[in-house]
Amino acid sequence: MKALRAATPTLVSLVAALAFGVVLLLLAGAPPFEALWLLVQGSFGSASKVSATLLAWSPLLLASAGLVVTFAAGLWNIGVEGQIIVGAIAASWVARSFPGPVWVILPATILAGAIGGLIWALLAGALKTYGGVHEIFGGLGLDFVAAGMVVYLVLGPWKRTGVASTSGTDIFREEAWMPGLDALGTGWPVIPVALGLASVLIVWLLLRGTRFGLRLKAVGRNPRSSFLLGIPTNRYVLGAFAIGGALAGIAGTVQATAFHHKLVPSISGGYGFLGILVVLLASFSAAWIAPIALFFVAISVGSTQLDLRLGLDSAFGGVLQGVIVLFVMIGGAWSARRSPVSPAARGEP
Amino acid sequence: MEATLNSIIAAAAPLVIATMGETITEKSGVVNLSLEGSLRLSAMTGFVVAFWVGNALVGFAAAAVVGAMIAAIIASTSIRLKLNQIAVGFVLTLLAADLASFLGDSFVGERGPRVPALPIPVLSDIPFIGKVLFDHDLVVYGSFLAIAITWWVFYRTRAGLNLQGVGERPEGAFARGINVNTLRFWYTVLGGAMVGIAGAAYSLDVKLGWRETLTLNLGWIALAIVIFGGWHPLRVAFGAYLFGALQVLAFHLQDVFPGLAQVLPIAPFPLMILALVFVYSSGFRRIGDRFPRMRNLLGSEAPAALGTVFERE
Amino acid sequence: MALEIRDIHKHFGSVRASDGVTFVVEDGSLHGILGENGAGKSTLMKILSGFYEADSGVVDLDGEVLDLRSPADAIQAGIGMLHQDPLVFLPFTVLDNFVLGSPGPVRLDRSSARAELERVGSELGFRLDPERLARDLTVGERQQLEITRLMSLGAKVLIFDEPTTGISATQRIQLFSTLHNLAEDGLIVLFVSHKLEEIEQLCDSVTVIRQGKVVFEASMPVPSEVLVEKMFGKIFVDEGREPAPLGAPVLELSQVTLEEGTTRVEDLSLDCTAGEVIGLAGLEGSGQRTLLRACAGLLKPTSGHLSVDGKNLDNASYRDHLAAGIHYLPAGRLEEGLVEGISIAEHLVLTSDDTSFFIDWDAADEAAQQEIDDYSINGRPSSPAEVLSGGNQQRLLLAMIPDEVRLLLLEHPTRGLDVGSAAYVWQRLLERRSDGTSIVFASADLDELLRYSDRIVVFFAGAVFAVRSAVDTDGEELGYLIGGKERA
Repeated sequence: MKALRAATPTLVSLVAALAFGVVLLLLAGAPPFEALWLLVQGSFGSASKVSATLLAWSPLLLASAGLVVTFAAGLWNIGVEGQIIVGAIAASWVARSFPGPVWVILPATILAGAIGGLIWALLAGALKTYGGVHEIFGGLGLDFVAAGMVVYLVLGPWKRTGVASTSGTDIFREEAWMPGLDALGTGWPVIPVALGLASVLIVWLLLRGTRFGLRLKAVGRNPRSSFLLGIPTNRYVLGAFAIGGALAGIAGTVQATAFHHKLVPSISGGYGFLGILVVLLASFSAAWIAPIALFFVAISVGSTQLDLRLGLDSAFGGVLQGVIVLFVMIGGAWSARRSPVSPAARGEP
Repeated sequence: MEATLNSIIAAAAPLVIATMGETITEKSGVVNLSLEGSLRLSAMTGFVVAFWVGNALVGFAAAAVVGAMIAAIIASTSIRLKLNQIAVGFVLTLLAADLASFLGDSFVGERGPRVPALPIPVLSDIPFIGKVLFDHDLVVYGSFLAIAITWWVFYRTRAGLNLQGVGERPEGAFARGINVNTLRFWYTVLGGAMVGIAGAAYSLDVKLGWRETLTLNLGWIALAIVIFGGWHPLRVAFGAYLFGALQVLAFHLQDVFPGLAQVLPIAPFPLMILALVFVYSSGFRRIGDRFPRMRNLLGSEAPAALGTVFERE
Repeated sequence: MALEIRDIHKHFGSVRASDGVTFVVEDGSLHGILGENGAGKSTLMKILSGFYEADSGVVDLDGEVLDLRSPADAIQAGIGMLHQDPLVFLPFTVLDNFVLGSPGPVRLDRSSARAELERVGSELGFRLDPERLARDLTVGERQQLEITRLMSLGAKVLIFDEPTTGISATQRIQLFSTLHNLAEDGLIVLFVSHKLEEIEQLCDSVTVIRQGKVVFEASMPVPSEVLVEKMFGKIFVDEGREPAPLGAPVLELSQVTLEEGTTRVEDLSLDCTAGEVIGLAGLEGSGQRTLLRACAGLLKPTSGHLSVDGKNLDNASYRDHLAAGIHYLPAGRLEEGLVEGISIAEHLVLTSDDTSFFIDWDAADEAAQQEIDDYSINGRPSSPAEVLSGGNQQRLLLAMIPDEVRLLLLEHPTRGLDVGSAAYVWQRLLERRSDGTSIVFASADLDELLRYSDRIVVFFAGAVFAVRSAVDTDGEELGYLIGGKERA
């Protein structure tokens, strides 16, 4: 019963968000319930759709897991989009340049992605710790640079044979593709999902069950006390960036080798920023990441149907996601107002 | 040459208005991170409303309301609910941008009213300066006014000084009888309204029409320009014009270097970061010490209470 | 015109900062408000200046009951307050600081403001450069700026909260003559302080506050013993105690100069032997905290030498100090000692010797429960730090002290604790003496200083004012010394 009462503000917010979505659909002249049903169908309506949803789930899981780590250290890692991109670039480089069978290329692309993302994140971390540049701006700037790098590669040195096009590079040779299982003829994304779920599990374990994770949490909540307790705070901040970047980089590998099978300008798929929404909604805890991420990609994948069937812009999915997070945040803060924070040792001379 | 300068000033005008608005907001101590989304949604709203009503002015008003409302959400959730301004601002960025894409979808490609050109008689005939400064439309003249008024209010009025105090040390302002949270709310809303007007300027003036990529990345750039400009209206405006110049340069060079046109619009951000690192360095501060009159202009400190919540007890 | 304060109450959570305060001040008088840290003086003044809103009670100025709900109300009524840390805007000029918040036309006429600043300033005998930045002013100059500003706003009541903290002797003399002039001009001047000598030197009348209540009111002169007794309450005379075991010096400070913000400690030399307990007495800002932080490694001495166990630590980092066996327990339990949102068990894991990568939570919970039992902490292993009461937070901090410590540095170890908890804390601390651990602690509690120290070092205005063996002194003398006077 207590759990239900605690969940009430969240449930109310979710209902309110849904109501907002319905109103919005009405405003756009669309049949609301049919549209919502299309969302569900679009993500789970058939085996191939489920497969697509699961494939979309993976990079979001990876990015979100990485963000849980950086948030735990008290950081706003807005550079996550750039980290995904650079990971994808690194993986693409391996896919294009290295010969070899799939069981060699696969770990190589994953490793490359991780390293690429890690380096990109450490750049943002270094800008923060040694350059005094807030990680939001460092991260944003590096996002832009990464986006520029991708465009340059796709239109320049790695351009498609024939005419350069923003539709991407040449498709990678098949051995470089992340393999699926050819059941049902559609290739279930077993490896990507496994990577994603493993990352969430590892992050959960790391934060809950290791000294490193505990110290990271301490640094995130009170850097001052942590320093006095003997924790080298700078090293932990950089470590958080490294882990977050590596996981985001692997998300980039998935995008490049499992989804697109080539490098495209939009390679990040927006999963970095979406991951921030997921973690905000999960109240920064790893436990809820998996179901929330699945919910969100279902909305994203499903909303492509809105375009096909009803002629509505698929950005509706993004609106729904944003409204859910906003309402839940407000609902949570509103109900927290009722119970006053204990002043504890807040006496005054 | 005059034509180039003219186009730079015209292209930068909306950015100038947006950055003036955000400078006001941040001077009061609030971060409105949602600019990327706000610009997009207000651009779309301004266009759609103007399209329906057939009048650009009404479009601008609607856009201002949208910008103000988004800012109001950030201000009130921060002040009343103690929510993190960055978190709310970030969510609103994505939400507003997606709302703009969704609702504006059916209006892509439509032609709407535009702000008419309005060269100022007599002044626009002055050689060189006339063409550069006085041969524009209301939006551009509005941008000039925005710079002038913001600067004048900040540094020549009591209200402006109080505003600076609120963002710098809210307890100090409070002790002097200033109502900190009320001021923060209204200044944030004002800043948001200005951002809204800037958005409409893109869809009704500078770029005409609505499409998803209309204001791409300009919101993020605006945020960087405010920091680059050290929260001083003149320097922020300079940053906006600098960026406008880069954009125009990219346009002209795109035939010469094909890949460059894609890259150049993205380059300013990392340039801003480099500028930030330099500006925070001790060398720059020494220049400020050498010219005390220019101290305001050369200083680069954020309002000390930026992003914080003011609580009385 | 008189200022009358009747039955003011104010609480913060469960702390009663003002518990029925009542007194009267006539105009043209310099009235002292005397009390030790935590007595409730600042809270009361912040209520008078509108910064806080009282829970109940009446403030009456010149026969008119004031509705003080915000500083704007107080300013309108003519009440102005000079905060202990003057609330100036550091990056702004003196002139802008002067003008900010003042009423007037929309357009800011800086030249007439400059003239006004010079006029009022020179009337008060100050020389202020309008173009200087507030951050470059000394504390004394910032005070002058604020006084000028408040006077130009037409203040009738001026409150000065501990104004002599952090100003030079010359500035103090100037401040005092200013205060005299203001009172002569008919203002009501309230002078809040803990410094006996200043109250005696300056004030016409005095109110003594202790634990949120008025315990004494009279016209000056009042004998010092009376003031001391009223300020501190009944002094506990300690019974005999064990003399400290003599051992090798653990901490050696030699002609050390320390600078931290506005506090400056000069030419300090001090030795501490193994097993010795040294108590640092004195009111806040006098230098004790600065000394503790330097010993902890958070502040490097500007000159002089600091060594522990013979190892020179002049340029050592904080972590070097930790490795040398120095453990620092700051006063802000939640701000600097514990981490909010982290449980008792997690805190203990953070400070345990175990360095394995994975945490065995079952073992950690067991260990935590052991410490909970050992230190009688009222909480469970999963209780987050912020829900613990102050006493239990302190017990947790004690449990987190490593087993082998050479030097324990404590800032107000029993602040906010009840008698039982305080006694328990000391019992555990003293156990460590037999291991050769030295303890240096700062406290505002005279009982505590007398009872547990072997030696007491009294700080006043940034210098060591006196050193006494605990057995050779008593509460009354300590009260004098803390107030900056030698007992006659």
